[in-house]
Amino acid sequence: MKISTFVFTFKQGFKNIFRNKIFSLATIATIAACIFLFGVFYSVVENVRYSIEKAETNVAVTVFFDEDITEARIQEIGDMIRSRPEVASVEFVSAAEAWETFKLDYLGEYADGYEGDNPLEGSENFEIYLRDVSKQTELVNYLGTVQGIREINHSDVTANILTQFNRLLSYVSLGIIGILLAVSLFLISNTVAMGIAVRREEIGIMKLIGATDFVVRSPFLIEGILLGIIGAAIPLVAVYFIYNNIIIYASQQFAILNDLMQFKTAREIFSVLIPVAIFLGIGLGFLGSLITVRKHLRV
Amino acid sequence: MITLENVSKSYTNDGMPALNNVSLHIDKGEFVFIVGDSGSGKSTMIKLLLRELTPTSGRIIVNNFDLAKLRRRKIPKYRRNIGVVFQDFRLLKDRNVYENVAFAQRVIEVPTRQIKKNVPAMLSLVGLPEKYRSKTKELSGGEQQRVALARALVNNPPILLADEPTGNLDPRNSWEIMKLLEEINRRGTTVVVVTHNREIVNAMRKRVITVKKGIIVSDEEKGEYIDED
Repeated sequence: MKISTFVFTFKQGFKNIFRNKIFSLATIATIAACIFLFGVFYSVVENVRYSIEKAETNVAVTVFFDEDITEARIQEIGDMIRSRPEVASVEFVSAAEAWETFKLDYLGEYADGYEGDNPLEGSENFEIYLRDVSKQTELVNYLGTVQGIREINHSDVTANILTQFNRLLSYVSLGIIGILLAVSLFLISNTVAMGIAVRREEIGIMKLIGATDFVVRSPFLIEGILLGIIGAAIPLVAVYFIYNNIIIYASQQFAILNDLMQFKTAREIFSVLIPVAIFLGIGLGFLGSLITVRKHLRV
Repeated sequence: MITLENVSKSYTNDGMPALNNVSLHIDKGEFVFIVGDSGSGKSTMIKLLLRELTPTSGRIIVNNFDLAKLRRRKIPKYRRNIGVVFQDFRLLKDRNVYENVAFAQRVIEVPTRQIKKNVPAMLSLVGLPEKYRSKTKELSGGEQQRVALARALVNNPPILLADEPTGNLDPRNSWEIMKLLEEINRRGTTVVVVTHNREIVNAMRKRVITVKKGIIVSDEEKGEYIDED
């Protein structure tokens, strides 16, 4: 394509937006509605997932050692556990640290009677945190085979609930994405049908003059891409303000939920949402134009 | 330049053909009227020549292009050999006169510098040099048809097809358009005019091909519009 043709094509694509204002507005509104729904859904799912991840990182498996174990063996066991892929981190808790924590959590001022004494002597342990809580059983089975480990404390119920909730969230996400996709396609097919009526004559004239399919198609595709970008930008701005206000409001008004529900910052959400939404907008605009023009190219 | 050999075109398998075993030849530089009443097959002939349709049987050769063998991607190149004007003008209503004529050059990727020379020259030829900024909806029917003619001719095609070019015009404008077509023909372009304007056909004394129910019933040099009855 010659440079002058490219410039002309780009200008035509841009001008087309204003030439067919109603069609352009309908296309922008359709794309914006689809991306707005996607943005809201993505923000909700990401935050739920984030909260689950946070909860998972607090689920620990604790192992206690045989009474006559050497420090070297403890070190060795620690290295073995750290080398496992499902393990995120391992923290060694000495008997003294365990007793200090116990005193703080449960005894308070009554701890004075135990001065100089450590009833938790011999209860030094490893607290093991997992990358993926669904692998807890696998890890516990492994720990059961390790020489020098006397006892393993873990909560199957918590791990199972979190695992199952995560799975449920995946299924619900897939289902809602499917519904959103179907709604988007329905809306876009209606908008495209309107576009076809507007474009029929113009495409016919271009073809009779001797324009190649590429030359006919290009301004419409550029128009579609531009409409897609505009259609993506509007809901992104809207979702950004809504999201920011919601997390500020929720953290102020429902402070009690802070331990239960963790919000991602707008920056974290939008670092993914902006490129995905722009890509979706361009994709929808491009596809809509392509379908519109294809129907009329066989003249 | 234009040859039809035993061309038939049916739109349905069992219906009557729109064109039935038609053969004709038009030489380079000729001015030819194709006449006939509605449903005679004139428009089908135009669509076949524009390669909008393909014949059910027979062979069409235009300016050395065998239309039956023409691949889809070669159709645009073929159509650049033919300028075409229609009864309803088919101008882009949201663009001005200059843009409508320039559009024909843009789509075949003529450089902008060249377009700026060609379009005013063509608007002068059709008598609209001062109207280049006007929107087409602000023009009279005659002026719109002149713009359509300028668009059809700006790429300098060897053939001009005019499908009922005076169908929407009053007698004065009709004659002005016909005079323009005659002038264009004098400059070397082969002109084929499909019409049922008896007065113009009879006055101009050109070759007249009469089509009736898909069959050529007469083909005469300096002919006249023959009544169907």
